[in-house]
Order: sequence, then structure tokens, then C-alpha cells
Amino acid sequence: MKDRLGIGAIAGVAALALFVWGEFARAVEASAAPVLSVPSIAGPLALADVRALTERLASDDPAVHDQAFRIIIQTGDARFLVLLDEAVVDADRATRVAVKPVKDLLKNKLKLASETDDARRSAAADLGTSRQLSAVPWLEQAAANEPNRWVRYAMEESAALLQLTVGETVLKARAATILGELQSQNGLPALKEFVQQAASDPVSREANQPALRAAQGAIEQIELWSTWANVFETVFRGISLSSILLIMSVGLAIVFGLMGVINMAHGELMMVGAYATFVTQELFKAFLPPNLFDAYFLVALPVSFLVAGICGLILEATVIRFLYGRPLETMLATWGVSLVLIQSARVYFGDLTAVTAPAWLSGGAQVMVGVYLPYNRLFIIGLSVLCVTGIYVLLFRSNLGLRVRAVTQNRNMSACLGIPTRKVDAYTFAFGSGLAGLAGCALTLVGNVEPGLGQNYIVDSFMVVVTGGVGKLAGTIVAALGIGSLNKFLEPSFGAVYGKVFILVLVILFLQRRPSGLYALKGRQVD
Amino acid sequence: MIAEAADEKPRDGGEGLTFWFLGLVLLIILPALNVLPSDDSWLHVSDFTLNRFGKFLAFAILALGLDLIWGYTGILSLGHGVFFGIGAYCIGMHLMLTIGTESVYGNDLPDFMVWNQVKELPLFWKPFYSFSVAVLGAILVPVFCALIFGFLAFRSRIKGVYFAIITQAVALSAWLVFNRNETNLGGTNGLTDFKQILGFRLSESGTQRALYVITVLALGGAYFLCRWIIQSRAGKVLVAIRDSEQRVFFSGYSPATYKLFVFVVSAGLAGLAGMLYVPQVGIITPGQIGVLPSLEMVIWVAVGGRGTLIGAIIGAVGVNFGRSILTNYFPELWPFFLGGLFIAVVLIFPDGLVGLMRRLTIGSVRKTLGLEKPSAASEGAQP
Repeated sequence: MKDRLGIGAIAGVAALALFVWGEFARAVEASAAPVLSVPSIAGPLALADVRALTERLASDDPAVHDQAFRIIIQTGDARFLVLLDEAVVDADRATRVAVKPVKDLLKNKLKLASETDDARRSAAADLGTSRQLSAVPWLEQAAANEPNRWVRYAMEESAALLQLTVGETVLKARAATILGELQSQNGLPALKEFVQQAASDPVSREANQPALRAAQGAIEQIELWSTWANVFETVFRGISLSSILLIMSVGLAIVFGLMGVINMAHGELMMVGAYATFVTQELFKAFLPPNLFDAYFLVALPVSFLVAGICGLILEATVIRFLYGRPLETMLATWGVSLVLIQSARVYFGDLTAVTAPAWLSGGAQVMVGVYLPYNRLFIIGLSVLCVTGIYVLLFRSNLGLRVRAVTQNRNMSACLGIPTRKVDAYTFAFGSGLAGLAGCALTLVGNVEPGLGQNYIVDSFMVVVTGGVGKLAGTIVAALGIGSLNKFLEPSFGAVYGKVFILVLVILFLQRRPSGLYALKGRQVD
Repeated sequence: MIAEAADEKPRDGGEGLTFWFLGLVLLIILPALNVLPSDDSWLHVSDFTLNRFGKFLAFAILALGLDLIWGYTGILSLGHGVFFGIGAYCIGMHLMLTIGTESVYGNDLPDFMVWNQVKELPLFWKPFYSFSVAVLGAILVPVFCALIFGFLAFRSRIKGVYFAIITQAVALSAWLVFNRNETNLGGTNGLTDFKQILGFRLSESGTQRALYVITVLALGGAYFLCRWIIQSRAGKVLVAIRDSEQRVFFSGYSPATYKLFVFVVSAGLAGLAGMLYVPQVGIITPGQIGVLPSLEMVIWVAVGGRGTLIGAIIGAVGVNFGRSILTNYFPELWPFFLGGLFIAVVLIFPDGLVGLMRRLTIGSVRKTLGLEKPSAASEGAQP
């Protein structure tokens, strides 16, 4: 058995060596380069041969270089790559520099057959910019067997791109058309460059006439498409920001509606939720097997809700209940709480900690050419929808919800009817805080976990609550959607800062018409 | 309310006495101690201390204005840092232009403009070559901004929490805008490196002493202005608005006009404070006008005692004094302390230091005489 293996191995190596030799010889014949002293490779492919090849790669004579290059590329497989690595271990700098592109090319060729989609895709993209025509057949072959649509897309795109940039003139028109049909974003600069080059040189303009026309058509096609893709992405980003704002402000809005209190520490309860997520992650890392790690986020969601909810309960019991009916004082006191919480987090956790998103939330879904929707954003949108649905069910289908609504409408009357208003306050406040915790957990997916985390969006979410009014949850939803998407629509033309200022002006003007937000409580109100 | 108003008189007398005493100390004794005794005498007040007090007293002017709208009228503004900042930037721009070619780059333009490759002085900077424009601008620009914002806000009856949130958003926006480089206001680094004011070197102790005296005088002026306002009929309406806006409305007054008036006055005072602050401190950055500084200003008033003018002054000086000591020795502790102050002042002593002192002294005297009455501020806070 052992013997047979050994023989097999030797035979294999010998075959490879023969193959290399054959190619080598053919290459020598093909090019009219000066005769090279080719080492005889009768036995297994030796390190010395590869070393000789690499030396030729570094040669100043382009013919010698090309020849060696071609041989290596055509022989390229995994084993050769190892040998190549060994060969340059103690080579001089020039050789290593010369070998580097060859190695990259070979690596990418191997990666084209990789197991993971992302690896194949990035290999295809790399080859597209390698300016090596020999990669075209590899890409075409790989594309033919490719199961994943978007990886295939990348392969086709790269092949066409190579044809356009370094291919033969006759094939360029076809390549340009393909790029246009693929709506290839990556192809756009190459197409433009091609058009510019071809147009500036009268001689080549003649020869390239059909290709030039095809390229111009392709550019138009791609630019039109990218406009639409942009619109789509802006809408998505708007919805994504809106969902973040929504998930942060619903808790705030419920508490505001019920108790007339804006909880300035809401952002810090979010921070608490984010740190709860972080701690859950660390615990999973420390005590559970690594294959369970990705599940930590599912555990972190309820954990952050509970932790923040408990914090809220404590906050209500120690500070807020003593300030009933004094909303402005409550704001100041809760701001004080937020300062203490921020500083505590800074002292305890340090300035910056990051949560690793679980594998199933990294990456994204490509829905169209040029439109890529990250999973974490989709998850947050889903979570906010879930939260709002949950709140609706809780408010309109549960006993507690009935009481909350009653107290919101008329506190004294509810108390007369035997509703324990203080308890309702406490539970609602805890629930609102829990929602903040959930928001914090979600925010770890899109940013760092830092003590100042809550401050980033908090003024925006106050604005959402104020614009939405306290009468109905719908007000908060509409306001979050409005402010969030407006923010993203204004960002490209105004810039982030002026967009924000503009929104503030809009909100102030809006409050001219409706001083207590979109949906004010109806009925006789005395303040 | 009427009984309350009758009650104001004797208390104001007491407050006045405190004021004159403080005025004497601040205006004459402190500068005198700075100049007269030799440097190593224990009585000597160093230039640094005097300068620091000048800064605190500038803050006190702002606190007076804030007290006027919050303590007396019951409107919580979380955006007063903006008015302070506008005043500060106005005078800062003038001081920037007077640096001339003494700057690091030796260019007529301010350093940050050279650095940002701005070739020509922006148009809105040009009027600030004149000192009088800068001084007037430092007060009138905030007044104008407050007029527009206040008109919009009070006309549509935005009040209470809504008003607070909107003003906070204004503070955030202003902070963002002042931070930008393309607004040509120095970006994050703000305006600094001033050399002279009206030809006097800012580095000389004589100049600083003069600035200190001017600040004390300005504070005195602001105090009398505020006292005059609150003792006038309009002042009574302001307090009435705090206690029940609707009743004032039904009595035929227009609360919006009174609120706008007091908001504008307090914005002007904030601008004045900013104007006096900059030459003494030598720097103004967006960090001093954002959300947190604006909230801190509210806390000065709360700590000193809402609804008493002297309380606002004591609060501003006291909190800032505490801050400069604490941040010096325990920088980590300051946020805890500030946060704790926010909570404590609301929960434990809502009338501030003045209320506390009154409770300790006058309160006990009154109790023995059977004249105990709840103070105005705490009652007003619970409409």
C-alpha cells in the first residue's frame, strides 16, 4: 500500500514535471527569444527549477520575463504556489517584486474554485483588475460552472473587463456590450477611460469605431441604472435610519404620553442595553463552546431588554416618582442620571468596546446589480417592526395596555375607577426602558459600544417624539419615518449637518401648525 | 399669588443688602487685594484667581438672564449656550482680526483661515474690524435670533417640555454648524490666540484687571435691569405666567408677548456674558456652546436658587468654582458630581442654596414667630 502511494506520488510529480517541461519547451520554441539554458526536469519538480524560473521573472529582458511568466501561469496549481513561496524565501528584492503579481494571479485562480461564495467573488473581482488576459478563460470556465448568481455576475464582469482593457481590438466591442448589459459599476471607469483614449487618437478611433459606439451605449446604460440603484439605496438607508429612530423613540413616546415626562436618560438606557449585549457576548466567549457563539445575539436581545428594564424600574422608584407633575425638573434629574451612567460606563468599561456581529448577521443580500442590503440593517428594520407590533398588541389587547391607555387619557378619572396609576407608571416606565435596551442591543450591530452611544441619536429621537405627539403611537411611527428618510434624502445635497439643521427648521415650522405634534390628545385639557 | 407678592418686599430688601455687600467685595476689595499687598502676602489675590472670578461673574450674567425666563417665567430653555456662543464669537471675531500679522502664519487673515486655504476674508467677518460693531453685535445678534425663534415658538404656544426639547435641538444644530470648517468660524478649535483689545495687551495683568472690573459693573447693571423687570408690572405678569399661563391668558394678557420679551432680554444677557467671557478666557470653541454646556447653565440657576436673582449669581459662581477645583484634583469625578448635582438639586433642595440658607436662618426665625409660608419657587414649580 505504502509503496503504491509512493510510486503514485513520484509518478504524479514526474508527470507534472514532464508537463512543465513540455510547456517550457513549447514556450521556448514559440518565442524567438535567445535560447535559454533550461534545466532538465526529469525527476520531480525541483525547487531549483522554480528558482530558476523566478529569476527569469525578474529579468530585464521582456521576452525572457514573458516566457517564464507564461510557464508559471499555465502550470499553476496549489503545489506550484508552495514551491514558488519557497523559491523566493531568500531571493533578492527584485525577484520577489517580480514574483508577487504571479503569485497573486495563481492564488486568485485557486480561489475561483473556493468553497465560499465571498472568496470566489473577491477572486473574480481581483482578477478583473489584474490586467492579465490569461485570466479570461479561467473566469469564463468558472462562470460556466458557477451556481451562485452574483458570483457568476462578478466572473462575467471581470472577464469582460479584462477583454476591454487588455484584450484584442476586435473583441472589445463585445466586451463593452456585455459590460453595459451587466450594468457593471466596476466597468464604468474602464469604459470611460477606453472612450477617452480611443477618441483622442484618430488612428485608433478608426479601428475602434464599433467598440467605441458600444462603449458609449454601455456607459449610458450603466449610468441610468446607477441612478435608479442610488434612489433605491437612499430609500433603503432612509428606512433603515427611520427604524433605528423608531425603535429608540417608541419607548420614549409611551412614557411621555403616559407621564408627560421626557426621559433624558433614555439614551443611556440604550447604552446599558448595548453593554448588556457586550457582556453577554463576553460570557459566551468565556464559558460556552465556540460553535454556540453565534447564538449569543439571540440571548442578548432579551437580556438587554431585562437589564435596561430593571434599570428603568430602579430609576422610577428612586428619582422619577418623586417628581410627578414636574416634567421640567424630571428632565433635569434624568439628565443628571444620564451623566452618572455615562461616566460609570467610562470608568468601568473604558472608552471603546466593540461587539462582533454574529456570522448570520454579517454580509448582506444583493437584490439587484449595485444594490446591496446589509443583513444587520434588515434585522434592525425587522426588529423595529416586531417591536411596534408587540407594543400594539400590548396596548390594545392586554389588560395592562387598557390601563395604560386609560391613565394616559385621564389620570384622575382612572385613579377614581380603581386603577393603580403609580403601578401603571412604574411598569410602563420599565417597559419603555426595556425597549431602550433593545434599541441599544440593535445599535451594537451598526456601531461601536461606547459610553457616549446614547448621545448620538438621542436629540433626534426627542424630536421624533415631539413631532409625533403623544396621542397615538402612529404619530411616533410617522414622525420617525418622516425625519429618518428626510435626513437621508437631504444628506447628499445638503450634507449631514445642514440636513439636520434644515430638519430642525422644518420641525419648528411644523409645530407652528400643530404645537403638540401630529396626533394630540383630543378632549378638554387643563394644564 | 397676591399674598405672595406682598411677601416679596422684605425679602428683596434682604437680597439687596447681600447684593451691596457682594458688590463691595467683588468690585473693590478683590481688585485691591490683587494690586496692593505684595505677592507673597496671604492676603494677595493672584492674577489667576482674579481672572477666574471674572470668568465666573460673566457666567453669572448669563445665569441672571436664565433665571429671568426659567425661575420667574417658568420657561426652560436648554439652548442658552447658543446665545452665549453668538456673543462670544462676535467679540472673538473682532479680537481675531486685531491680531493682524502677529499670528503664527504672519498673515492678515486669521490663522485657521490660512490653514483652511481661505484666500479672502469672508464678507460677514468684515464689519467686525470695528470694535463697536463687535460689542453691539454680541448683544444684538443673540437678541435678533431670540426674537425670531421666540416669535415662532411662543406664537404657536410651544411650551413646557416641547420648548425645552426644541431649544436643545437648536443647541445641537448650532454646535454642529459651528464645528464645520466651511462656516469660517474656526471649526472645532474655535477662535483663540488673541493678542490685544483696543490696543491693550491681553496678557498684561492690568488689562485683565480692567476687564474684571468691567465684568463686575456689567453684572451689577444686569442685576438692576432684572430687578427692575421683575418689580415692574410686567414682572408680576411673568410670575403669573409661570404659575398659570391660562389664567393670565383669560385675564386678557398676551402671554406670548411677555414670554417673547423676557426670552429676548435673557438672550441679550447671554450674549453680553459671552462677550465678557472671551477676552478674559482667551478662547471660545463650539464645545462651550453645545447641549451639555447649555444644560449646565440651567443647573447653575437651579443650584443657586430659582426665582431669586442673587441665587442665580451664587449658583453660577459656586458651581463653576466647584468645577474648577474638582476638575483640577479629581477629573474623573466631575461628571459624577455634576450628575449628582442635577439630581440632588431637583430632588432634595429645589429652592437651591438660597432656599436652603433661608430655610436654615429666616425659616427658623419665622417658625418661632408662626409666620411660616412655603416659598414661591417650590410652589410655582408645581402648577
